Amino acid sequence: MPNQPLPYYVNYLPVLLQIVVACLVAGGMVALSALLGKHRYSRTKMQAYECGMVGTGDARQRFSVKFYMVAMLFILFDVEAIFLIPWAVIYRKLPAAIAPALGAGPRDFSARMFGFWEMLVYIGIVLVGFFYIWKKGALDWNATTEKTDF
Amino acid sequence: MTATPELSYVRILPEIILSICGIVVMFVEPLLPQRGSHKSLGVFSFVGTLAALIASLYQTNYPGWGWFNMIRVDEFSVFFHVLICAISAVVILASFEYLETQEIRGGEYYALILFGTVGMVLMSSAVELVLIFIALEISSIATYVLAGYRRRAATSAESSIKYFLLGSFATAFFLYGVALMFGATGSTSIYTISSALQSGQVTLGASSVPVSYSLAYVAVALMFVGLGFKVASAPFHIWTPDVYEGAPAPVVALMSTGPKAAAFAVMLRILFGAGIDTSKAWFWLVWISAALSMTLGNLGALLQSNVKRMLAYSSIAHAGYLLVAFAAVIAPNARDTGISAAIFYAAAYAAMNVGAFAVVSHFARHGERYVNFEDYAGLGKRSPILAATLSIFLLSLLGLPATGGFFAKFYVFNAAIKSDLIWLTVIGLINSAIASYYYLRLIVVMYMYEPQPGEEKLQLRAAPGLTAALVITAIITIWLGVRPAGVLDYATRGASRLLPSFQQSSNLSR
Amino acid sequence: MNSGPNFNLWVIPILPLIGSAINGIFGKRFPRNLVATVALFFPGAAFAYAVWVVSQFAGLSQAQIPHIERLFSWIEAGGFRVDYGFYLDQLSVTMLLIVTGVGFLIHIYSVGYMAEEGGYYRFFSYLNLFMFFMLMLILAHSYLLMFVGWEGVGLASYLLIGFFFLKQSAAQAGKKAFITNRIGDYGFLLGMFLLIKHFGTLDYDKVFNAISGLPVETGVGMLTATALLMMVGATGKSAQIPLYVWLPDAMEGPTPVSALIHAATMVTAGIYMIARSNILFLHAPIAMRVVAIIGALTAIFAASIGLVQNDIKRVLAYSTVSQLGYMFMACGVAAFSAGIFHLMTHAFFKALLFLAAGSVIHALGGEQDMRHMGGLRKLIPWTFWVMTIATFAIAGFFPLSGFFSKDEILWPANVGHQSGTQHAHAAAHGRSGHGGHVHESPWVMLGPLVVLAIGSAVMGWVGWPEALGGKNHIDKFLAPVFHTSSEPARSAENFSATEPQKSDSPQDEIVLERTLAAVSLATALAGLGLAWLFYVRRPELPDRIASSMKGAYRTLLNKYWVDEAYYSTLVNPVVDGSRRVLWRGVDVGIVDALVNGTGTVSKELSGVTRRMQSGSIRSYAGWVALGAACVVGFMIWMGLHT
Repeated sequence: MPNQPLPYYVNYLPVLLQIVVACLVAGGMVALSALLGKHRYSRTKMQAYECGMVGTGDARQRFSVKFYMVAMLFILFDVEAIFLIPWAVIYRKLPAAIAPALGAGPRDFSARMFGFWEMLVYIGIVLVGFFYIWKKGALDWNATTEKTDF
Repeated sequence: MTATPELSYVRILPEIILSICGIVVMFVEPLLPQRGSHKSLGVFSFVGTLAALIASLYQTNYPGWGWFNMIRVDEFSVFFHVLICAISAVVILASFEYLETQEIRGGEYYALILFGTVGMVLMSSAVELVLIFIALEISSIATYVLAGYRRRAATSAESSIKYFLLGSFATAFFLYGVALMFGATGSTSIYTISSALQSGQVTLGASSVPVSYSLAYVAVALMFVGLGFKVASAPFHIWTPDVYEGAPAPVVALMSTGPKAAAFAVMLRILFGAGIDTSKAWFWLVWISAALSMTLGNLGALLQSNVKRMLAYSSIAHAGYLLVAFAAVIAPNARDTGISAAIFYAAAYAAMNVGAFAVVSHFARHGERYVNFEDYAGLGKRSPILAATLSIFLLSLLGLPATGGFFAKFYVFNAAIKSDLIWLTVIGLINSAIASYYYLRLIVVMYMYEPQPGEEKLQLRAAPGLTAALVITAIITIWLGVRPAGVLDYATRGASRLLPSFQQSSNLSR
Repeated sequence: MNSGPNFNLWVIPILPLIGSAINGIFGKRFPRNLVATVALFFPGAAFAYAVWVVSQFAGLSQAQIPHIERLFSWIEAGGFRVDYGFYLDQLSVTMLLIVTGVGFLIHIYSVGYMAEEGGYYRFFSYLNLFMFFMLMLILAHSYLLMFVGWEGVGLASYLLIGFFFLKQSAAQAGKKAFITNRIGDYGFLLGMFLLIKHFGTLDYDKVFNAISGLPVETGVGMLTATALLMMVGATGKSAQIPLYVWLPDAMEGPTPVSALIHAATMVTAGIYMIARSNILFLHAPIAMRVVAIIGALTAIFAASIGLVQNDIKRVLAYSTVSQLGYMFMACGVAAFSAGIFHLMTHAFFKALLFLAAGSVIHALGGEQDMRHMGGLRKLIPWTFWVMTIATFAIAGFFPLSGFFSKDEILWPANVGHQSGTQHAHAAAHGRSGHGGHVHESPWVMLGPLVVLAIGSAVMGWVGWPEALGGKNHIDKFLAPVFHTSSEPARSAENFSATEPQKSDSPQDEIVLERTLAAVSLATALAGLGLAWLFYVRRPELPDRIASSMKGAYRTLLNKYWVDEAYYSTLVNPVVDGSRRVLWRGVDVGIVDALVNGTGTVSKELSGVTRRMQSGSIRSYAGWVALGAACVVGFMIWMGLHT
């Protein structure tokens, strides 16, 4: 049956293999160390690992909201920057893909520059956001709460 | 099938205008002095929503598809565009005074309203599930933040966090539904899904597999969960009272009408566009949800002592009435009646509910301290005009003839009877009778109780912006009751655009 | 049908609306005289215009009736269309004259009666608003427009009942009236939906044409269902069993309101609606029977309660309920013109009674207990005499109006209805217990009373039965509306040939009519005699009877405990249920209620519940998840079964 198309799900076979291998490797390592290793529990060993220092207090402490702020902003800009990558990957193919939608030929100026302008708009919006948080003082670690009260 | 580039842009013109206005507001806000009301930004945003509204009307001349068939402009989308832009505009008007009395600086507030509006209008014109999801998230995130805008009040923070957590929980269901729908039919475009469900075949690459209908059912169920949450229909209504109670009153005016209307638009698009609507399963799902929403909403509202909470429960009940129209679509001869009834209801409800919350936002005063029934005592004497306006909205919510609320209910139940949904209609009408109890209670309190000691002389004067908002909503509320023909006519045309007969005949024109 | 002249009928309802708007908006700044002038001018003008319209109407040929005037389109959706339009035929003409005429008189009276009260302008604004809606109700040319008036009068009545803001009971009564009416209104609404579904229209002429083409229903079919639903609406508005409970409480409002709304006009809307839909009802014999039974039951029931009430206005209220029962019954036995005739005479003498009672109350400075009203004949002679006329009229005393209209209905239970009149009558005759502060009412109040009294006296003559040598003009006048349409019913009766027909020869009818007239007069006399005995001759007798028949007396005094029954079976469960289940339950956490409700739940379970309650967001998310699980499960199940 050479002409019979393969079932669609065959496409997912590599993914399945990947999952199986990952599970085997990770599970195997834990299992092996549990089986082969020596276990001698002591008070010091059971403490939280703190770079060789003796642990002090509970980990559940209140800490400044600024950490959250930075983390959040980092994720935001991080994710926004990641969008540049798929764009860059398909940039050369973009004119041909977009041309029909624009009603233009793939070599027309509008089709060739489409991706470029779109990314400029995108970056522009990101920059406005950046400008906003900057002026609001969210990046200023020493700012008083008065200023970041937005 | 494809559009010239200019037309493609025309088809998202309102969204573009709103986005640019929102970005400008965000850009200008840090440059303004930190102290100050930022009312100028509000005025700018108001103009922006009006411009978007006009752009939507302009779109009427250019119906058709855009952006790889992800966008579809027709009477249906234009109707909801205009409705949502109008809601936002009125809410912005009502917010001027509110932000001042609450001592909230308004810059980002207006930007968030604009961004939320972008999401909502996009929901009504998107015909591709992933785009719909993105639009849904845009509107949701904006409203999550807005709900917590009274940052000094714990209830507002509570409202925001509840809305956020439960809302993202619910939209996850929607996304899961989208994924399953893709799995079942191999597409996320509503019209491709429709044809796949009709032919029963999915083309995947070179192969062709039969559609998995049970998977499609589950997908619909999951999407219904997500959208049901947004419209606050039972059994996904549980968040509503807490969130509405804590959120700023003008924001409640927005989020009880705008996202609701948009979510109903999406529901209509998905269910009737994709041709799922005639299935028995879908019918019973809606039937039960409608009956539950009406009953739980009205019974819940009966004993509330907080006006915002009462209106929250009433909002659940109204979602139920609207769902009755959805159920009515089961009968082939009542399809367009049912859909147009639903559309009309969304508009009428928006007018009266925005109005009611605008009045509430005014009476709440600083820190939203005055939101209980007893705080409304004697308002009929203290601020007769405002009390009369609120009475109009309440009577319309109650469904008294010559108001929009009456006709909305009338059409909905008319459609239901046309489809022989006797029991659902009876449940609905009994509920309307129960509802008169708590709406009247507020009117009674306003007119027939003495003001609280020390407040007899307190006259509350509405600022120009709020007055304008109230006048607009009151006029629309009465207009929809006295001369509903125009709006209804447009709603009917919008409804006809959803029906498959139309789609096939003039499929993908322009 | 549109060929007739244009009367500009819209002017009639619009006039009071303008009056209402002027007083409502500017009245606060007006002096009282101006408010009164505005309030009187517009209904007066409406009355004058109505009279002119009627004079023109008389000139129309038979083919031009019903006269329909359409203004412009209201709703147009698909094939369904409703216009703003007006409908004039003999029935609406009769109602038009009653409403504008009696309404105008009551407006005049109110100027005097309300002179001392606060919120003068508001009162007249509401009163004019009521007139507007009532006229819309009467003149509408479609059920939907009628419904606008129908709900509107309910609203106006609610506003007017609750007019005395400061009285809690008034506010409660207003709400009760409104909500009870709403229940009935939804019956009406459902009936309308059925009409739309089957005939695609709500215009009277089209619906009636369509129905007259259908056969009479022998069983329970669409027409019967529609008719019954309409009847539910009518029972709400016209205070019939089981929805009559609001009317006695509605007496909390100012007396002119009771006279106008709760005696003369609004409460007759249900009768009007049934009479208007006579074709529908004639095609649904079962519905007719139900109407007749409800009317008869209400008549007896309300009259018996009225017997032992002490508040003069409540007595009148129960008497009104009972009279409305007669009208209902008349409609139920296809004697529509009799029902409308009684409606007309009743409007006069009951308005008169109320206004006279108001005059008494006014004279006594707010006293409403009849037991304190003795000996007023000398002190307020005018009021006394008009009240006497009204009493005799309502008792059906020849030749006053009540005699004819009641006689027409041929009601079976004559005894019960006497209650109201007995009391009202007795009040004036009883022994005096007052100082010198009692004063006769001003002429602005007495004038309308006298006019109404004359009306009560002579109005009945237009319905003088032929059997007694009269012409019965009213019956002839209304014939085109009712008799033409009753043909199918007659033929339907003929279909059931198996049943032996009653002898209906004219000779028998005359004998029957005369006998009934005699019986009617005799019972009226007996009733009056009894009243005289009880309240004038031997006032201790009622107490003796009351004590000897304690059970019955208490049952009546407590109005058969109907209010209590409604509260315990309907109102409380809803309110309590929502308090327990929804407010405490869902709002505070349903699990809590569950635990409290069942009491003994195993420890593990309560541990779980406590944890679920700790963070309400989590329990909310749980609810959403549960709902989602139900929805998905349901869809899977449905998916497997289709």
